[in-house]
Amino acid sequence: MNENSMEVLPLLEVEGLTKFFGGLRAVNDFNMTIFKGELVGLIGPNGAGKTTVFNQITGIYLPTKGTVKLNGTNLVGFEPHEITRAGIGRTFQNIRLFNGLSVLDNVRIAFHSSAGYNLLDSILSNERYSQKEREITGQAQDLLDVMKLSRFQNEIVKNLPYGEQRRVEIARAMACQPQLLLLDEPAAGMNPREIIQLMDMIHFIRDNFKLTILLIEHQMRVVMGICERITVMDFGEIIARGTPKEIQDNRLVIEAYLGKGAANVA
Amino acid sequence: MELKSILFSLVKIIAVIAYLYGLLWVLGVKVPVIKVGSRKLNISLLLNAVGAVVAFYVIQLALTDFNGFKLLNSFDSGLLYQACSMTMVALGLNLIYGFNGQFSLGQWGFYGIGAYAAADVTFRWMNGDSRGLTVLGIGVILGGLTILLIRKFLSNLRRMPVLSSFTLYLIGAVIAGVAAVFAGKFLAPFIDPYLGNSLEPGVLNQSFPMSIVFFFAVVFGGIFAAEVSFLFGLPVLSLGSDYFGIATLGFSIVIYTLMVNSDTILPFPEMKGGRGMIGIPKLTTWPWAFFFMLTVIIIMRNIIRSSTGRSIISVREDEIAARSMGIDVAETKLMSFVVGSLFAGLGGGVYAHYIGFLSPNAFDFLVGFNPLIIIVFGGLGSMTGTITAAFGWIFFLEGMLREILGKISPEAPSWRYVLYPLTLLLLMLVRPQGLLGNIEWGFLKAKITPLRNNETKEGVKTA
Repeated sequence: MNENSMEVLPLLEVEGLTKFFGGLRAVNDFNMTIFKGELVGLIGPNGAGKTTVFNQITGIYLPTKGTVKLNGTNLVGFEPHEITRAGIGRTFQNIRLFNGLSVLDNVRIAFHSSAGYNLLDSILSNERYSQKEREITGQAQDLLDVMKLSRFQNEIVKNLPYGEQRRVEIARAMACQPQLLLLDEPAAGMNPREIIQLMDMIHFIRDNFKLTILLIEHQMRVVMGICERITVMDFGEIIARGTPKEIQDNRLVIEAYLGKGAANVA
Repeated sequence: MELKSILFSLVKIIAVIAYLYGLLWVLGVKVPVIKVGSRKLNISLLLNAVGAVVAFYVIQLALTDFNGFKLLNSFDSGLLYQACSMTMVALGLNLIYGFNGQFSLGQWGFYGIGAYAAADVTFRWMNGDSRGLTVLGIGVILGGLTILLIRKFLSNLRRMPVLSSFTLYLIGAVIAGVAAVFAGKFLAPFIDPYLGNSLEPGVLNQSFPMSIVFFFAVVFGGIFAAEVSFLFGLPVLSLGSDYFGIATLGFSIVIYTLMVNSDTILPFPEMKGGRGMIGIPKLTTWPWAFFFMLTVIIIMRNIIRSSTGRSIISVREDEIAARSMGIDVAETKLMSFVVGSLFAGLGGGVYAHYIGFLSPNAFDFLVGFNPLIIIVFGGLGSMTGTITAAFGWIFFLEGMLREILGKISPEAPSWRYVLYPLTLLLLMLVRPQGLLGNIEWGFLKAKITPLRNNETKEGVKTA
């Protein structure tokens, strides 16, 4: 991880990303560069277009304009599953787990593209199938260990508390073996104690799995606590970038969150 | 008198369900690996195979005539074969609708395709015409290879519009079909002399070669249904779930219409259109019915338990999330649709050779709701539920009700179509998740991965 010694290529390069929904401009000319190993935050008031940016990076929405490059390959126009296989894993703002299934199965599903056996192997239920299946189960259990979910392994996921469900989502996204992990409000609905745990976990997975993380978050203590760089959006545009300290003192950011001074409010 | 026959029918239904429980249990028996010296012996699989054979012989003995005493008469054995074929169709539909979440009304159409295709093969063979087998066999093999080849070729091209790739597949399939027809014509003079005709059966028309032909007829019929479902599903599965349901309903109607006019707009005079195809050799016996049903159950169970099965279920649970987890949703849908239709086609072949007479009315789309009712009744996403509901449904509706109502008056059996919807209604009110919910028996039970015992190693230290 000595990036400084050599020339560093960006992991993710987003250039001129623009999205119109009919006449509504959700995101306008969004640029962002993320290097390997970084932990970057994307913040902004509700409706600023943060999730739209995520959905364009992951291919759920097709950008109206602009490019998204991962390791130099343009991903615009790829199907979401191809983008995931290329190395971008994500979680969702409103949790999207496979509700009827167990926690373990939720995580194992994400290993599908790297399962290493085909339909015929599974129909014959041969040695290759059982060996790979053991490997997948082991890896999934490792991830559950990391996210402290081991004891919920066989629970049906919809019966889990909210905070645990968020962690299952992170474990599932990591099972896609991504280089870049996109977390959409991972701390939403968590209590302060859970948030501290979560922050530790995010740090831990970044360091131990050599991940790069981009996260959207509303809770300032999370963003300010763990992100190294922050980008702030409002009304689909970037209004500020910088370190947490710089952002905290930025007049535009304060305005975006709290309104344009007392005179305008009255 | 009435009471006795009611009781007897009830006992039969319970016995059938108990039998299914036993079958599934014996297939799932697991014993610890035994160590003999340095070698490890895993005898579980052997036990399961022996169990299956025992289960097979239990019914086989019940069907055998011991000096005029038969535990199961021909009426019951008919129910048994119907139940086996219904199990296959319903399992296929459960894969498509219950596990993959694609509401399909086309299952009955694929069942009909399998039935007519297989029946045509054996019918022609029996009457001294080998082209049924050769054309269908070469056709499905060539067609399958063409599809695989085009698929391989297309996987290198990115994002081909679905209609363009569909056109390619269609052209490939048509070429394969035409080639098969010519190959059949070419081969006919070499095979036909050994077939003789229905009055003087030739060497290849005896009972043993005939059962081999029957096997291939059913298998090819199933594959043919699967290939048709591939061509049909490719463009249609990209529609949303409800639209897909309507499109598949249209498909069943198309198939029904083709069956009614099979002797006029299709070149199959032996199918006799709306009058119905008669004289299909009754080749379905318990060994074959059991074999095909068990194969379908095992294949489906192994698919569901694999990574592919999990991806199929994930599409049902949340399509967008599945996509974002690297699952090719379109391919998963297509795969389960094709496999489900394959099962339907196999079921059709077994049915046709039990009943010996195919009428298009049996493949009307209204009748096509039967497998749907069965899977909802048994529980969507439960294989055990489907199997027991298929057997229970046939034995209750076609067995018990028909027998009992038939004793009241000749017209009374029609009342069963009043009684069983009411039963269904009642069940939906009492148990909306279906008879068995998601309970699975024996060998179909999902493997529960034991917890690891390492609380201390868990994760990071909390602050």
